[in-house]
Amino acid sequence: MKFRIYRYHPESGERPHMQDVGLDIDPAGKMLLDALLAIKAEDETLSLRRSCREGVCGSDAVNVNGKNRLACITPLTELKEPIEVRPLPGLPVIRDLIVDMEPFYKQYRSIKPWLINDEPEPEVERLQSPEDRARLDGAYECILCACCTTACPSYWWNPDTFVGPAGLLQAYRFIADSRDEATAARLDNLEDPYRLYRCRGIMSCVDACPKGLNPTEAIGRIKSLLVKRRV
Amino acid sequence: MNARRFDALIIGGGGAGLRAALQLARSDYKVAVVSKVFPTRSHTVSAQGGITAALGNVDDDRWEWHMYDTVKGGDWLGDQDAIEFMCREAASAVYELEHMGLPFSRLDNGKIYQRPFGGQSKNFGGAQATRTCAAADRTGHALLHTLYQQNIACRTQFFDEYFALDVLRDAEGYCLGVTAMSIETGEPLLIEARATLLATGGAGRVFGNSSNAMINTGDGLGMVLRAGLPLQDMEFWQFHPTGIAGVGCLITEGVRGEGGCLLNKHGERFMERYAPHAKDLAGRDVVARAIALEIAEGRGCGPRGDYVDLKLDHLGEKRIAEKLPGIRDLSIRFAGVDPVEKPIPVAPTAHYMMGGIPTNLHGQVVAPARFGPEEPVPGLYAVGECACVSVHGANRLGGNSLLDLIVFGRAAGGHMLEYLRDNPYPRPLPEHAAEASQARLARWDRPGSERAAAITDDLRRMMQTHAGVFRTDAVLREGLDKLTQLDDRLAHAGLQDTSRVFNTARIEALELENLIGVARATLVSAIHRTESRGAHTREDFPARDDEHWLRHTLYSREGDQMDAKPVRLKPLTVESIRPKERVY
Repeated sequence: MKFRIYRYHPESGERPHMQDVGLDIDPAGKMLLDALLAIKAEDETLSLRRSCREGVCGSDAVNVNGKNRLACITPLTELKEPIEVRPLPGLPVIRDLIVDMEPFYKQYRSIKPWLINDEPEPEVERLQSPEDRARLDGAYECILCACCTTACPSYWWNPDTFVGPAGLLQAYRFIADSRDEATAARLDNLEDPYRLYRCRGIMSCVDACPKGLNPTEAIGRIKSLLVKRRV
Repeated sequence: MNARRFDALIIGGGGAGLRAALQLARSDYKVAVVSKVFPTRSHTVSAQGGITAALGNVDDDRWEWHMYDTVKGGDWLGDQDAIEFMCREAASAVYELEHMGLPFSRLDNGKIYQRPFGGQSKNFGGAQATRTCAAADRTGHALLHTLYQQNIACRTQFFDEYFALDVLRDAEGYCLGVTAMSIETGEPLLIEARATLLATGGAGRVFGNSSNAMINTGDGLGMVLRAGLPLQDMEFWQFHPTGIAGVGCLITEGVRGEGGCLLNKHGERFMERYAPHAKDLAGRDVVARAIALEIAEGRGCGPRGDYVDLKLDHLGEKRIAEKLPGIRDLSIRFAGVDPVEKPIPVAPTAHYMMGGIPTNLHGQVVAPARFGPEEPVPGLYAVGECACVSVHGANRLGGNSLLDLIVFGRAAGGHMLEYLRDNPYPRPLPEHAAEASQARLARWDRPGSERAAAITDDLRRMMQTHAGVFRTDAVLREGLDKLTQLDDRLAHAGLQDTSRVFNTARIEALELENLIGVARATLVSAIHRTESRGAHTREDFPARDDEHWLRHTLYSREGDQMDAKPVRLKPLTVESIRPKERVY
């Protein structure tokens, strides 16, 4: 199979470039990560992050043929050759397929991603009805891979000020949680022309999410909560 | 070498490390967490089925029954004081996670959802219990993210993508911190701390076919061996019965807990023959051996007869979508099978290391010393899969590993606070403390004739063949010979890429050194134990032998020495559960 892989090595003094790589691999049942690791076995200078190899740790997000995906759950048979593999767009490249995720994490931290409830803790669990719990489905499963946020043009232009789809989905996860008491403060934190409203609803994030989540919908719900609050 | 100083240091950002960090971060002490990956990428994230605690939300339950099941599940090798402690603390530890925001699935009455798991019983061996608390089939993900979120709230200091190299100790044996390396820059760093906790997770990647993440390379175990400290019960490795055939990805026991069952090529529900009472929910070692035997005796499914079927279509699409959505996803992606319609092809896969760094129930690392078989190593702690406290004995029960992380993470964090109060001043670092680490790093700057990656592949293949589900003296010894050859090859190995920035080949070479130490400890311990107990099955010694082997093994690197220490059969407050035959 034919691959074109983005290569950048800061110590070499060379500019980033695309490298053509041929690999003898039977694509049946194999994932893109299998191919990248086979390429690395031949040429150990290729660097990428990986861990769980089953789509739950969120380490190996890359841009494949123009789309952000997790390499470990992208079947080779789905991909057109030459398979072009680049680092995630919109974040500084450290080396090869590895980007600096800190700007992404910083936006995640900015929404205070933890449950806030200052009531005295009961001796047992806080009760939550299955219906209330179901509101977290589609939000808590985020793996922080950054596929969505780095597919968002609004994030590319405003990485310092726009929270981005992943962070906003997590903000919604806590707003939607019947156990969380800080909804008003969370909405205040987002009521800002940049932090929330840079989202133009183009749904690139939905298309990119490898877990099938829908950040645009969550953002819509935050927006309607803000509208309701005003009237 | 650059140096930093903290009061407490935690190596590993999985469930155990983050739970301990939280305990410390809520104090005034300065705490740092070193993790070779961003914390939410740790392997805890892959845990599926749940965390066990006798909440009794679905059915009657008591922690004493949980304790009995854990002792029996571990084939009486577990220490009953530690098991009592874990099972007694379980409910409060789980409620605490709920208060932190963990999105548990819920019952109609609003309480935490619980499902049956293997090896769970009521009334000390009676009917099936329902004890595993779950967040759908993503409990580990939910737990790890919740703990990470709480640590952000407490402003824990993280060294993300730093690789720990060696434990530093002074002449009196005190642990003074670690050496580490920034993966991003390749710069070494010395981190001093009065108390250090190893929470580096398992080493399942020592096997060719494993459910484990690629980062599970036994780094903490390698550090401990190099520090001259022993490892305990390293012959005990759990092979999970249901990995996706040929891939190894895990299919949770929760599938069988929800009502799924295993079938051979004749469509026979074969577990009825091996465990007439518990059937598909017998102990994991029992089910894994049964599957391996079905396959070996020609009753496996598929063209090569190398797997069995895990049937769950009878649960219905709604229940699968609600309670096992992640499993359905994994199965479609990696087996090409939608479990709503067809069974999932499964085979045993290396899953969990029951052995590890010996500790007491405060998480303090213990080692044989002048005054007895075990004394705490001052300032050094270990928790989670890398540790052996030992609650899992010879075979871990499903749902008990997340519990182990939380209960002992909290206990170790608490004990470290006491230790810091009692030892207020940092001890001086010996002058050449970092030399060994520097030599190890420099060694990988020299060119070599062998590729480290090739040795890793051969190591994993060797362990798969020579230390798998069924073992004999001959097979194990042959493995040990091959390991010695691999060790020789390692001496001639070198990197093609000696660059600094995010050089993952260098990290993999350092991981290989740790894996080799784990493999040697496993093989030597497995040869030593001439009985079958729990997950350690010796075909040449098929019976359990309490007279000689109701004891823990201790392996030391120096001369591959084997030592023993007694199993603690005396719990803290309740009556001892006396050894008897283990049947399901």
